[in-house]
Amino acid sequence: METVTTLGPTSPPLSVRDLWVEYRAERGLVKAVRGVSFDLASEESLALIGESGCGKTTLGVALIRLLVKTARIRQGEVIYRRDGRAVDVLGLNPRELRRFRWRECAMVFQSALNAFNPVLRIWDQIHDTAQAHGMVSRDEVRRRAMQLLEQVQLDPRRVIDAYSHELSGGMRQRVLLAMSLLLNPQVLILDEPTTALDILTQRTIIDLLRRLKADVGFSMIFISHDLSTAAELADRVATMYAGTIVEIGPVNDIFYRPAHPYTLGLIRAVPTVTGEFEELRSIPGAPPDLIDPPEGCKFHPRCPYATPQCRTEEPVLQPYYGETHAVACFNVARVQQDTGDLGARFSQSLGDSIL
Amino acid sequence: MSALATLTPLQKTMRALRNIPRGIWRFLKLMSRNKTGFLGFLIFIGFVLLTTVGPLLVPEAKSADILAIYAPPCTFKEWRVFARDAWFKGIEVSAIEESGAPICTKHLLGTDSQGKDIFAQIVHGGRDILQMALLTGLISTFVGITLGALSAVIGGRFDAFLTILADIWLTIPRFPLLAVLATLVKLDNMLMLALLLSFLSWAGLYLSIRAQVFSLKERDYVEAAVALDLGLWHIIFSEILPNMMSYIAISFTFGMTSAIYAQVGLVFLGLVPLTRNWGVMINLAWTQGAIFFKDSVYFIMAPVMSIALFQLSIVWMSRSLEEIFNPRLRTG
Amino acid sequence: MSEYLIEARNLVRTFGTRKARVTAVDDVSFGIREGEVVCLVGESGCGKTTTGKMITSLLKPTTGQVLYQGRPVWRPDGRKADDFKTYRLGVQIIHQDPYASLNPSHTIYKILSTPLLHHKLVASPAEAMTRVVELLNTVGLGPVEDFLTKYPHQLSGGQRQRVSVARALTVNPRCIVADEAVSMVDVSIRVGLLNILSDLKRTLGVTYLFITHDLAVAKFFAWEGRIAVMYVVSIVEFASTPQLINSALHPYSKALLAAVPEADPELTRHKQRLQLRSQDIPSLLALPSGCRFHPRCPFFEPGLCDVQRPELTLLEDNHYVACHVAARQAGVAGA
Repeated sequence: METVTTLGPTSPPLSVRDLWVEYRAERGLVKAVRGVSFDLASEESLALIGESGCGKTTLGVALIRLLVKTARIRQGEVIYRRDGRAVDVLGLNPRELRRFRWRECAMVFQSALNAFNPVLRIWDQIHDTAQAHGMVSRDEVRRRAMQLLEQVQLDPRRVIDAYSHELSGGMRQRVLLAMSLLLNPQVLILDEPTTALDILTQRTIIDLLRRLKADVGFSMIFISHDLSTAAELADRVATMYAGTIVEIGPVNDIFYRPAHPYTLGLIRAVPTVTGEFEELRSIPGAPPDLIDPPEGCKFHPRCPYATPQCRTEEPVLQPYYGETHAVACFNVARVQQDTGDLGARFSQSLGDSIL
Repeated sequence: MSALATLTPLQKTMRALRNIPRGIWRFLKLMSRNKTGFLGFLIFIGFVLLTTVGPLLVPEAKSADILAIYAPPCTFKEWRVFARDAWFKGIEVSAIEESGAPICTKHLLGTDSQGKDIFAQIVHGGRDILQMALLTGLISTFVGITLGALSAVIGGRFDAFLTILADIWLTIPRFPLLAVLATLVKLDNMLMLALLLSFLSWAGLYLSIRAQVFSLKERDYVEAAVALDLGLWHIIFSEILPNMMSYIAISFTFGMTSAIYAQVGLVFLGLVPLTRNWGVMINLAWTQGAIFFKDSVYFIMAPVMSIALFQLSIVWMSRSLEEIFNPRLRTG
Repeated sequence: MSEYLIEARNLVRTFGTRKARVTAVDDVSFGIREGEVVCLVGESGCGKTTTGKMITSLLKPTTGQVLYQGRPVWRPDGRKADDFKTYRLGVQIIHQDPYASLNPSHTIYKILSTPLLHHKLVASPAEAMTRVVELLNTVGLGPVEDFLTKYPHQLSGGQRQRVSVARALTVNPRCIVADEAVSMVDVSIRVGLLNILSDLKRTLGVTYLFITHDLAVAKFFAWEGRIAVMYVVSIVEFASTPQLINSALHPYSKALLAAVPEADPELTRHKQRLQLRSQDIPSLLALPSGCRFHPRCPFFEPGLCDVQRPELTLLEDNHYVACHVAARQAGVAGA
């Protein structure tokens, strides 16, 4: 891999700078990702949350350049670092890219649950993947596979010679996780890791991911429309709206002290199971058209705090509370006034847990 | 807003009439979305014009001409020389006959073993084929839809019986059966032949339409129509069939192509007493030993190519038809 | 007149041929009072959708009976009862998938006016138009002019789901079966849709059977109603919503409540977990003997739970549970 610069050991494994991705569609250009920047710290878990069509999956796929043919990365940088060396993923040639995709950065797709080849045994599929990436020793692959399957809490001897249809959805999800860790990547990207699963299975996957991250030590980006998965798994949360990050910060900051009206709206729209009945509020209107998005702040047509400024000018991500929490909104102060009850929820949750 | 509902029938008709040119324009626009499909559509229209308007312009090749047996068409060079001469001498096209121009200029595709013009035969021999294909396509699609839809919606023994019958039907080699039937039934008019061909091809279409209706029947909006008690008739014709129009159109085109092959086959074997068609031309060329003469290549290839090109145009056109019936594309 | 608007009695539904039979629903009974909300909660494959379809008679029960306003829907010989049509129009369904529930070749006006005209619920096309406009306003789709001539694919998922609601309302139903009606709709739109359904309950007195896998949505929508928890083809617990959320008695309900991730980091990370004995969901082809939850249940008692199937028993006020252990703890004998 080509070395761009030499960096200190503390620099983040992944830095995205001003990334723009567009799709060609019949009606025009879909601006799916518009100027996204963030850093992924070592062994950190970052959640990208947002609704369908906000560009979160496109962003995830763009990071490993697995975009469909009609998509194009217009500009930006995706800097990947390991062992003090840095490389721009967008500048890799096809061979380097293939190497990068499994060895450095692996992605697990939601749809991949059904993408197992039905006529191959799990072992064949693991072996094929390993071979394609230069692990030639059959015994070594087998040993590694057994170890990984054990790590994802499957019975290796039972699973490795099974066909995919003999496994349940949760087991397949775990096999996928094991396969993605086969080449020891530093970054794992998970697309909707728990969406299609039952609640009890979701729980096992969530607990498993948390333990794996602690044991193996990788950084993780996971894409989800589900706030509760983010609340469970994330160290940091980034809210995406209309192709851009509108708020990013530590998980407790986002949930108990949200500063963007959209984040606040999402949190207010999701009921919790535990506790008494709460009134919920919906966000009026519908997500914007990414071919012809509104002027100014893309959220202003649905925003209760919108001012004339929001209609003409698009706010940029700015630090809001400390260095770690940033938000793209002109009316942070007014939003903040309305989040008092969430803070109360925070202390109540803490109180409950202490009891 | 409620204006739509309060129009008189006359106003509605007027409005519909005014919409015709726009409708045609939209039809063409949708057809042209798929380039191959549009090319197929143009060739198809070309053939339709050739066989309907053509006979009015091109005189039928009736008399034999011993002087022009197996006359090849003009080469490019001959055409050039002729065109130059015609330009300078000012020959009217209608006066070619008397002008002493080379014989090849009178026969666009050359002549056959009797010196008859091949182009004229192609022009006059296509109508049967086209009409027959259209008729057979219509009948077999109609039968296929009716049986397939009823079978899938009613189900039970009716469905089981028809399905078994269709399965057995498909194992019978149909062309030999057709040949045998053709000798038994008096095929002196087109309708009879079309009915016979449809009768033989119902099973495949029935099975595929049935499968389609089965899958559409499970759709949520059909279930909602059942819950709303909108009736069997409405469910078949308003909820299910409109959503398989592209499928039906394609079935129709393939019904046409297989009808053409079957018909040409029958004519070629001499089992159908139809005159003046491409099949008869191939038959004649064959029986008169056209495959042994280099000069007669146009005699045998002209009908073969016509059939092949027409079939190709239908197959291509079906690609565009698929888009026309897709409501997503219809409204853009 | 019965206590219930609609009632399920011992519904059983099997699928397949004589050789390979799969039981999708086994002995499900419950009743819904006029104007009440009952939620059917369970995970995929537990039989909740099949139950919903039997309640709407889109599926015929293999055995058992559906009663509408106290009268059976099916005659003893398996045919439809004489007043089937009243029932059919009285119970409507809203499906899960907004992209499959509207006919793609019809405009919104056509979708909504067809039932009105077919059942002669309006006197003229002009009146149909007035009614369609009224319905679109009821479900909050405005300005109405923008929607009448549109095709479903030109609408967003949330808007389509609202059209589905309007379509169900065309025939003035007394009861609506909402089968995961909001689960495929985006979070920000979901509450709006739920509020519209709640409004219909208040203004028109619509009764709901609300089917969902999402406990949080069930809690929000049916706080004043009841929740029935289904596990592998049967109901295991049936209680008023606050009772079920705050003091569930069946081990499966407890496990669900403990496992469900919450959109509140501190809360969700410090929840008490209930460790199951197995993660495997039983196959419908080989259902466990006795209590169907026994292979996973942490309170499993050999010789009892794997032998005898527990009945749904009244343990507390309005609180039905199908569990031997819970019954013993509640001091109810003979369960």
